[in-house]
Formats: sequence, structure tokens, C-alpha cells
Amino acid sequence: MPQQEKVIFEYSTPGRGAEDQWPQDPGEAALADLPAQLRRAHPPQLPEVGELEAVRHFTRLSQLNFSIDTHFYPLGSCTMKYNPKACNQYAMLPQFLARHPLAPESSGQGFLECMHELQEMLKEVTGMRGVALSPMAGAHGEFAGVAMIRAYHRSRGDAARNEIIVPEAAHGTNPATATMCGCLVREIPVDAQGDVDLAALKAAVGPKTAGIMLTNPSTLGVFERHIAEVARIVHEAGGLLYYDGANLNAILGKVRPGDMGFDVIHMNLHKTFSTPHGGGGPGAGAVGVGERLLPFLPVPVVGRDGGGYRWLDESDLPQTIGRLSCFMGNAGVLLRAYIYMRLLGREGMRRVGEFATLNANYLLRRLTEAGFDAAYPQRRASHEFILTLKRQARDLNVTAMDFAKRLLDYGFHAPTTYFPLLVPECLLIEPTETESRETLDAFVTAMSQILKEASEEPGRVTSAPHTMPVRRLDDVRAARQLDLTWKPTAPS
Amino acid sequence: MSNVPADLKYTRSHEWIRTLADGTLEIGVTDHAQDALGDLVFVEVPEAGRTVKAGEACAVVESVKAASDVYAPVAGEVLAGNAQLAAQPDLVNSQPYGAGWLWRLKPAAGALAGVELLGAADYQKVLEAEAH
Repeated sequence: MPQQEKVIFEYSTPGRGAEDQWPQDPGEAALADLPAQLRRAHPPQLPEVGELEAVRHFTRLSQLNFSIDTHFYPLGSCTMKYNPKACNQYAMLPQFLARHPLAPESSGQGFLECMHELQEMLKEVTGMRGVALSPMAGAHGEFAGVAMIRAYHRSRGDAARNEIIVPEAAHGTNPATATMCGCLVREIPVDAQGDVDLAALKAAVGPKTAGIMLTNPSTLGVFERHIAEVARIVHEAGGLLYYDGANLNAILGKVRPGDMGFDVIHMNLHKTFSTPHGGGGPGAGAVGVGERLLPFLPVPVVGRDGGGYRWLDESDLPQTIGRLSCFMGNAGVLLRAYIYMRLLGREGMRRVGEFATLNANYLLRRLTEAGFDAAYPQRRASHEFILTLKRQARDLNVTAMDFAKRLLDYGFHAPTTYFPLLVPECLLIEPTETESRETLDAFVTAMSQILKEASEEPGRVTSAPHTMPVRRLDDVRAARQLDLTWKPTAPS
Repeated sequence: MSNVPADLKYTRSHEWIRTLADGTLEIGVTDHAQDALGDLVFVEVPEAGRTVKAGEACAVVESVKAASDVYAPVAGEVLAGNAQLAAQPDLVNSQPYGAGWLWRLKPAAGALAGVELLGAADYQKVLEAEAH
């Protein structure tokens, strides 16, 4: 059983360290420019450990991680697919790594060409007319998208349009994005099959409608079948359609958001295009737009001039919503996505959508045969699906959270729990296309075993995990008395 | 089975409404709602003096599972939010119909006539329908 790792300060012994490896003292003369009030009076209280202790500490910490490289990670809505090592290897070429973002365009034509091709491939696979790569993450891309929608209405003298319609099956960040962009959120319901309630949509649209934000497939793990009708209703009311790319993996190479009628899309490159994620960044949330929003794209974007490439800026796109990040986004992440797409090719991208959907439907079928309830049993799953453990919670007093915690003991990262909020006691499960049938079968075996335990020995499940460095954490107390700072205990 | 006191009115979105002696209203979330949310870690109540419309989101109850809006069942003016909940959000869990009330409201003139509130028996039916 892995042991909990101490905080590095607890290994500290006064005077220990590799002094010979410290940076040279710059001397008083080098500090002359620093005003006295900005200088430290005392050296910082750093942990004093030997090199080997430091190496062991961080190695042990890394071994405590659940990650794609170590565990099946079916975290719904997050697309935790395998990141091929080749993408990392090529993005780490010294010529890419050492390139300065302020280097002249003439000396960075190779990099600019990669970024230009990435823009072109993303346009092609989403059916949009233009792509900008600078947003740093999904939520940032959403912000860019809604900012463009607002800029579009303003440019037409139609600034009163400030309502964003958000179906209750939309991605959780959408209402927050709309609010951040100064819009009012109008939530509309979905019907019992998980599709947008068209009557409610018709009643909600009007002269105040700026647009609608949807993800398709939705957060309920089902394809929105009325999408063409939704697009018609919103466009006729003068609004635009925003596509949240959270679930793009399900339809990659099969259906294009541009063809469904969407005007703007953000793509979570760290999901669908396999760049590393789950560690809090860096990410990439490229945006794509249709004809109407082309003038408003955030800058810079890569343009092509004759035989060469250059950054397009405010002088090329005078109506741009502006700059969203330093330079041009997270270059290393964008390169990984570029290499991933080049490795897959058009044919490979179609297989992503097909196998992601096949894996999800296989897993859904096997889990329902094992005694679990699908939240939408009459619908085919997209790349992910929802189980509801309402029955187990009621009859056995074992909740979805208990199942999630017990899965850790079986060597699986838990699925997403209690999201979407619409479905009680839910697990949102997304296997992705990169898992083998053997892994999916092993997950079904673990879930069946936990179900058996829940009826025969429920305490074993409700007190899980048993094999982790920490047991069941008191998340209520952690939320009520948040304390993120380690403080030394006084020496005895 | 969750507790549904007979002397209160209810909404389909799981708020309860108590009419106080002076005709003002006390509003909270039902036993069923607090049970579905789980242990609350944060409650935000409206400030006194705020004017609210029927159906407007007025308070936020947040558990480790979810954050949910609580809606004004009728239009009116907020008289007080329950200040105790900032330090003790768990009162909503332990005493949803008592010390865990969320805000008090002076209903706008005629506002009560325009809304349909459920009696205990009808709310019980809503809960039974949701259980299936």
C-alpha cells in the first residue's frame, strides 16, 4: 500500500544542502539597483535537504498520481485519452523549445507553418471558415467566442441583444462564460429523451437573443437530434449558435459543427487533440468561426503572404476582439495537437469518433447487463454515458460517491460524479477510443464486484478507499474550513 | 420518507413558504431538497431591501456535490436574510423548516394571488413522481 508522503519541510535538517551547487553570490554591486525596501531582511525559509532526499520525495509524490500513463481514467466530459509520446518528443525538439516568441518571423517560418497548418486542419475538421489559436484553455475559448458574438451584434447596431440561451444539458461553464461577457443567461429545459425542448426554445428567443450555447453531443451523453431545427429557430430570431467543443471527440471526422449551423466553436485541444491535461494547464482552447464572425477573431493569427507566413494583427483585422494572451497562446501545447493531427490524418480522425463511441456503447451495454441503470436507456450513447445509482442509493444506502471511492481500490480513476446535476446519483463515464477491450472488461468486473459488495458488505464500500495513502476524506470539513497552508509545528 | 409539514406551502422547485402572523413570508428549502444536496458548505442569502420578482434566483445553497439557486416563490421585498447561515450552513440540513430558513419576504401587493403554491399533499405527490 502506498504511504502518504510527508511535506518536504518535514525532511528538513538545518545546514543540510548542496552548497557547492548554489548560484554564486552576485555581490553587493549587482544588487545596487534594488531599492532597500524591496530587499529581503532574512533569507527565505526553504527546506534544507540533500539532493537524494529531494529526488526521492518528488519521485514518490509522482508515484502517488493517478494518470493516463498509469490508470484507466474514465472521467466523463474530460476526454482523458492517451497522449502519444511521439507528440511530446517532436514538440520537445530543441529548435521548437529554444525559439523565442519575439524572434523575427523570418527565422520562425517552420514554426509559423506548423501553426498555419494547424489552423487549416482545425477549420477543415470543424467546418468553420477561420481559426485562432491564442486562447489558453476551454473557458478562455468560450470567453473569446461569446465576446465575438457580442462584437458582431454591436457592429450591426444591435447592441440590445444581451441574452444567451443555455439548455440545462449544456456544459457547466457556459452560463459562467455568458455572465463574464456581460450577458444574461436564459436556461431552457431538455425533454425526457435528452433533446432540447423546442417549444421552450421558441418561447425564449426574441429581439434580446444574442445566441445559444450548446454542446453536441450534450452533457447527457446523447446527440442533439433537433440541431438543424434549433439552428433555424435561433438564426431566424437573429441570434448566433455557439458550439462548446467539450464533446467534439464523439463526432470527430463524422459530423462538423459548421455543417450543423454553428457560427462559433471552441476546441479543447487538450481533450480531443490529445495534449496533456488534468494538471491545471497549460491548455489550449482554439476558436473557430463561420463567415459572419471572421472579422472579429482574436489576434494574432497566422496568415500566409505569397510564399511565407506572418502574424496577422490589429492592422489586418481592425474589428478583432483583441489579444487574449501573451504572444500567441501555449506554443508547446499547440505543437503537440498539430503533431497528433498529422499522425492521425483524415482517416485516423474518423476512427477516433467511431472508436470513442463504440467503446462507450460497449461499456454501457455491459454495465447495464451487470445490473446498473442507464440514465437514458432508450438512447444510444455518444462518446460517454450516464449511469444513475438512484436505486442503489435508495435500496442499499450506497451512493455514487461510495462507488467512485471504492473504484480507487480496484485501480481505476473514478468517473465524474454528480454531474450533470440533472441526473440524481450519477456517474458520467467516458472511456475514450484509446482503451482496449480488456481494460473495459476489467472495469466492468470491478463495478460488478463493488455492486456485490454493496449488497453483501456495504460498509466496505461506504468506508472506501482502503488501499490509498489517505482514507475517506472529510470533504465537507475541507470545504467549510479551507486551509491550504502548511505550518510547521513548534519543535518539542 | 422526507418530512413535509402540513402547515406550509411549497413549490415544485422545493422551496417552502411559511406565512407569519404579520402576513410576511419565511422561505427555505425542503427536507427533500437538503437531503438531495447533501451536507451544505456554503449558503448565500439575499440582502434586506432587495426587491425580487417571482421565480428570480435569490439564494444559493452549495454542497460538496452541487451549487443550486433558490428561487423567490412570490414577488416582494426581502426583509432579512438568515445571517446565521454564513457561519452555520449545516442548519439547513439539520433544521430545514426551523433555524435553517433562508430569507423573509414582504410580498408585493396582490403577489400571492398570482402564484400557484402547493399544499403539503400536492408537494408530497411531486416528490413521489420524482422518485420514479
